[in-house]
Amino acid sequence: MSTIEAAAPARRTRSPQTLAKAGVVAALVLLILFGWARYDNFLSSYNILSFLRYNAMFALIALGMCFVIITGGIDLSVGGVAALGSVVAAQASGYGLVPGVAAGIATGLAAGAVNGVVITRLQIAPFIATLATMLAAYGTALLLSGNQSVSVSYDTAFTEFGQGDLMGFPIPAIVMIVVTLGGWFVLERLPTGRRVLAVGGGEDAARLMGLDVERLKFGVYAASGALAGLAGAILAAQFGAGQPTEGVGWELFAIASVVVGGTLLTGGVGSVGATFAGAMLLALLFNLLNFENGKGWISLSAYWQSVIRGLFLLAFVLLQARIARTQED
Amino acid sequence: MVDQTIDGKTGAPKRTSRSLAAAAQRYGVVVALLALILFNIAATPNFLTWQTLNVNLTQVCAIVIVAVGMTLVIAAGGIDLSVGSLMAIAGTLAPLIFTGALFHLPTTAVGIGLAFVLPVIAAAILGLFNGWLVTAFRIQPIVATLVLFIAGRGIAQVMTNGNLQVFKEPAFQVIGLGRIAGIPVQVILMAIIVAAAAFVVRRTLFGRQLLAVGGNPRAARLAGVPARRVTLAVYGISGALAGLAGLVVVARNGASDANLVGLGMELDAIAAVAVGGTLLTGGRAFVVGTLLGAMVIQLVRYTLLANGVPDAAALVVKAGLIILAVWIQQQAKGE
Repeated sequence: MSTIEAAAPARRTRSPQTLAKAGVVAALVLLILFGWARYDNFLSSYNILSFLRYNAMFALIALGMCFVIITGGIDLSVGGVAALGSVVAAQASGYGLVPGVAAGIATGLAAGAVNGVVITRLQIAPFIATLATMLAAYGTALLLSGNQSVSVSYDTAFTEFGQGDLMGFPIPAIVMIVVTLGGWFVLERLPTGRRVLAVGGGEDAARLMGLDVERLKFGVYAASGALAGLAGAILAAQFGAGQPTEGVGWELFAIASVVVGGTLLTGGVGSVGATFAGAMLLALLFNLLNFENGKGWISLSAYWQSVIRGLFLLAFVLLQARIARTQED
Repeated sequence: MVDQTIDGKTGAPKRTSRSLAAAAQRYGVVVALLALILFNIAATPNFLTWQTLNVNLTQVCAIVIVAVGMTLVIAAGGIDLSVGSLMAIAGTLAPLIFTGALFHLPTTAVGIGLAFVLPVIAAAILGLFNGWLVTAFRIQPIVATLVLFIAGRGIAQVMTNGNLQVFKEPAFQVIGLGRIAGIPVQVILMAIIVAAAAFVVRRTLFGRQLLAVGGNPRAARLAGVPARRVTLAVYGISGALAGLAGLVVVARNGASDANLVGLGMELDAIAAVAVGGTLLTGGRAFVVGTLLGAMVIQLVRYTLLANGVPDAAALVVKAGLIILAVWIQQQAKGE
């Protein structure tokens, strides 16, 4: 076992987790090889860069969800918060790129803080607390926008945040990679990461160890909200408008990414890298479907992507359940 | 290794007002409903009319039918995120069947009959599939039902290629538009389902077993409760009820849109269960409470709309309502 694993709290579940992690990376590599062998322009820089550009926001949301799930919680509000963030970012975009993005992040952070307070102070189950926040976020987004999409300002550089490039690389992709690396660093290299894992492993034990469990939980929900707000800012910049009704089902897509990445929702385990791979894998299925349709042999509508994603999720979940079981026996 | 609690709640401070809080949990939803009705009588013009009653009851029917199934699933310690997608599948299947698009029909009557039965059976089988994942593989309910949440709507969309099916078939639409003695058929259906579920929970062995499994699965198993079979059945029932709700919705609209039927229903149903006073941690089922919970949520929305508050604001109020209801529950539990 590597040094990273040795530093983790000793858990019986470590081994299946490692296997599942290897599984998702292997599946991702296989799909990429499949695409490369079958489709001409699959590994063209155009396809790769636009793939990363348009899937950055999903990876960001999945990252936040990963941290929340590690603590044994869940965040159903991310889709609604992203929609709200996109509206606020669009409304603030007239002041420039940075204020627009900052407004989106701050909105998400505020919503995440509400989740954190309701969960830690009122002791309400994360499932319900974040469900309510989702409704409130959509409601607020619709109120702020007057029930329609809010055009961003084209006088400022705001749209660059979604559509622009930096040294030939899409800005959303850069944001995604930097933030994901940051998340990895926090989880694997900082004491905070260890503490978050400890909270998920067992709250009472963590409390007895002297950890401020409530503060850590507040922190992960705030972070998840901020990431959803950031994703909302990217959404607004990418499509030129704040979208108060966008984001429906994003929370479950993010959960699926985390699960495909090898984390069952019991908390205490989780990997930023595997979650990222899970998000990319689910997104890649759609990309491959487009290419397959382009070949003209079959014509599967975009609706098949949900079916195929569901089947992949099923396959991974069954595989993990099986691995976990052989470990137990 | 069955760990079904999401929050790791430890000992909450004891409260002196526990009995008051317990009463608030039990009867809070009734009080809220009465308060809303009184407020509307005073503030909303033309509130006490048959039309108002009809509008509100018909809007709440589908949610209640689904939420009854959800109540049973939650009481048995699970959750079912797939209900909205199963509604879409059933709602898509029915028109495909009675228009003869799916297979040849001997007579129209047979087609109508099959359009009522087959979609519900299909939804029940998919519900059993959820239960199978939960029991045979010990997959957490949220994850297990997430599979069909994602794939189910896709299946419905693929069946129609995402196209809207518009139809006019009075014999089928009875379930959404018909009336018996002036009462909408869907309301009668809802009442029967609520009554049957309440009876099952209170008076039958299956009801006892269900609560035992939800309250303490290990103890239930040791006590000889066929926990697997009970769990399987509960998910099957939830699926069947979702399918039925899907039929009601498409019959009412005279149209079936796989993209929209049942969208977000899982969360509406869970909200109704929570507001109705059923503990989300399992072991208790308050079926009539779920009915009242759904009515409170609907009436809040109606009250706000009738008094000129935009629908968006109603969402925010609904969010606050859910938190308040669950918070009262937490206080009542008292530990």
